[in-house]
Amino acid sequence: MTTSATQFQIDADRTTADEPRRAAVRSALGNYKVARDKTESAFASWQHARDAAAAIKYEGVNHLDHYLKEFEEKFTARGGKVFWASNGAQARDYILNLARERRVKSIVKSKAMTSEEIHLNDALEKDGYHVVESDLGEFIQQLKGEAPYHFVFPCMHLKREEIGALFQRKLGSEKTDSPEELTMIARRALRQHYLNADMGISGGNFIVAETGMISITENEGNARLATALPKIHVALVGIEKVVPRLADLALLLPMLATAGTGQQLTCYNSMYGGPRQPGEIDGPEEFHVVLLDNHRTRLLADAEQRDALHCIRCGACLNVCPIFKNIGGHSYGTTYQGPIGSVITPHFRGLQDWKHLSGASSLCGACTEACPVKIDIHHHLLQNRRNAVAEKKVWWERWLWAGFRELMKRPWAYQMAIRLAPLGQVFHPLVLGTSLDPVEPWTKTRDFPEAATKPFHDWWRDRKGVRK
Amino acid sequence: MRVTLFIPCFIDSLYPKVAMSIVQILERLGHEVIYPEGQTCCGQPPFNSGYWDEARDVAARQISVFRDAEVVVSASGSCGAMFKKFYLELFHGRPQEAEAKALSAKTYEFSEFLVEKLGVKDVGARFDGKVTFHDGCHGLRELGTKAAPRELLRAVKGLELVEMGEAESCCGFGGMFAVKYPQISTAMAEVKCNSIIDAGVEYVVSNDSSCLMQIQGYLSRHSPRVIKSLHLAEVLVQQ
Repeated sequence: MTTSATQFQIDADRTTADEPRRAAVRSALGNYKVARDKTESAFASWQHARDAAAAIKYEGVNHLDHYLKEFEEKFTARGGKVFWASNGAQARDYILNLARERRVKSIVKSKAMTSEEIHLNDALEKDGYHVVESDLGEFIQQLKGEAPYHFVFPCMHLKREEIGALFQRKLGSEKTDSPEELTMIARRALRQHYLNADMGISGGNFIVAETGMISITENEGNARLATALPKIHVALVGIEKVVPRLADLALLLPMLATAGTGQQLTCYNSMYGGPRQPGEIDGPEEFHVVLLDNHRTRLLADAEQRDALHCIRCGACLNVCPIFKNIGGHSYGTTYQGPIGSVITPHFRGLQDWKHLSGASSLCGACTEACPVKIDIHHHLLQNRRNAVAEKKVWWERWLWAGFRELMKRPWAYQMAIRLAPLGQVFHPLVLGTSLDPVEPWTKTRDFPEAATKPFHDWWRDRKGVRK
Repeated sequence: MRVTLFIPCFIDSLYPKVAMSIVQILERLGHEVIYPEGQTCCGQPPFNSGYWDEARDVAARQISVFRDAEVVVSASGSCGAMFKKFYLELFHGRPQEAEAKALSAKTYEFSEFLVEKLGVKDVGARFDGKVTFHDGCHGLRELGTKAAPRELLRAVKGLELVEMGEAESCCGFGGMFAVKYPQISTAMAEVKCNSIIDAGVEYVVSNDSSCLMQIQGYLSRHSPRVIKSLHLAEVLVQQ
């Protein structure tokens, strides 16, 4: 087993044993489902909307060369700068160099999973920059020194009391667990950072080729402040976020809100088309868009799983996933948690090291059903399993399935095996509860059924004999 | 109609009553039941584990066993989905592709066969008890079977059908997943079974015995009161 696979088992042991936390996550996601079902039903046809959204993303993802260039052309015509980053290191270096050259001191960020993906904060802080996350959930996670738990709801696992205690400890605030007061404490702490910051870093929900714009959708208004107040705005966006037309957002923004949070639309939807233009009274003096590949083109080359690039990071697949609900976001050990993370992480970070995530699924398909852009998520998990085996077989599995094949190819052998099964079970109590039990992972928590002394095969044969 | 039965290996060995019930129900409805004795396993365990070559060899056998069948009725939604959907992937671009497609087209899950193909909702069953139905994920999401088993249950005299909160949630079985990640699988079973217990029923019924193995396995060990799991056919056969 690789380290990440072993760690995953350990974390899953711990998190599944924490029933109060599991119950809290279940309850929060239960509320999400109620809200989402209601919003979804406001669509004339959610299923047709999914088809249309998938078609838009298909067009963008399958013509990246065309649409990204179109975006660059339109965006640079208004004075914006575009940097094409093949990997995380290039993106980090570009942003670090920019900060150095412009003598930046303080940086404020709005939510960007791409920055988590390339560990941008670590790199900036190591270089001496003061970086503050301005999304409330991200701000809390930053104070806690923890990665986001869920890529849409970063601190959904925390109780109000825990957040209150964290604020007391880190911000010196009064003891409280009132959501309103907690929000005000965070707001007071953040306001000054917006004013001090000389660089704002954001992600981007969509790149609109037609108009050369970045679309950012949010609920707190923090992205607006973080991108409008500082002199420099850097948007770090994955290349797969491109859509052809502005009108596409008329469908995608409500779908993202519906699938993501059960809202009809998020509270703030902004389009960013470049730095401050002559005659405008606000906006940054400089605007850089870093287009991040970082193995996305590797996924693009996989015709079977290319549709995973349709992902709009709504988090719906996490919200409905029984695995996520029981093990939580941190157990995955990835930037992108849940089913979609289990699909794409092996492509981004190596199949052999991350194949266990594709194995840790009952393949129930709730993710695929929930996906607003129709990514065939759970079947991609099966394909990852197949690809991992094709690359490298596990010795005991190779023997197990070779034996299974030989048995199942021979009806007489199979029938003998099921006739012998009850006999084998007679001896099971001798090892039950010990490490010698071959099915201990099952019997530790569940009873195992008794094999029939007369299998159906034999019943049918006897019955046929009698009837003749 | 000549109905050919596909009885998955674990039903053959662990739950033969399910298969016997299906035979009885179909014969009562006046159909001729055929059971090809050369059948073994559909190949799903190695398929789900990524060992597609091994799965293909086993699957190829099944394709030949059911070649002459007019219609194939599967006692399990999951193994039925293997025939109906996953063989198409397994044999994509291979010599047996056409045969896999033919098998897929004539395969039905048991409840779907009764309701959709035969147009039968009332099989004349009587069963006294309070029942909740568990949707097996493969039946529900790969085959799209949701209404059929409920329509059949509603027509059973004496039976009270109660929907549980987590009807569509996975029970956590998932084949090898249940033993490779037993802690996650058990946590999922716990959520599912608590929902069954909360529904206040005496029976949990499903069209997939593999889910029931997980659910019954957990309930027997942890439920404060006795709740029995039954395959849909075991309910429909009672008069």
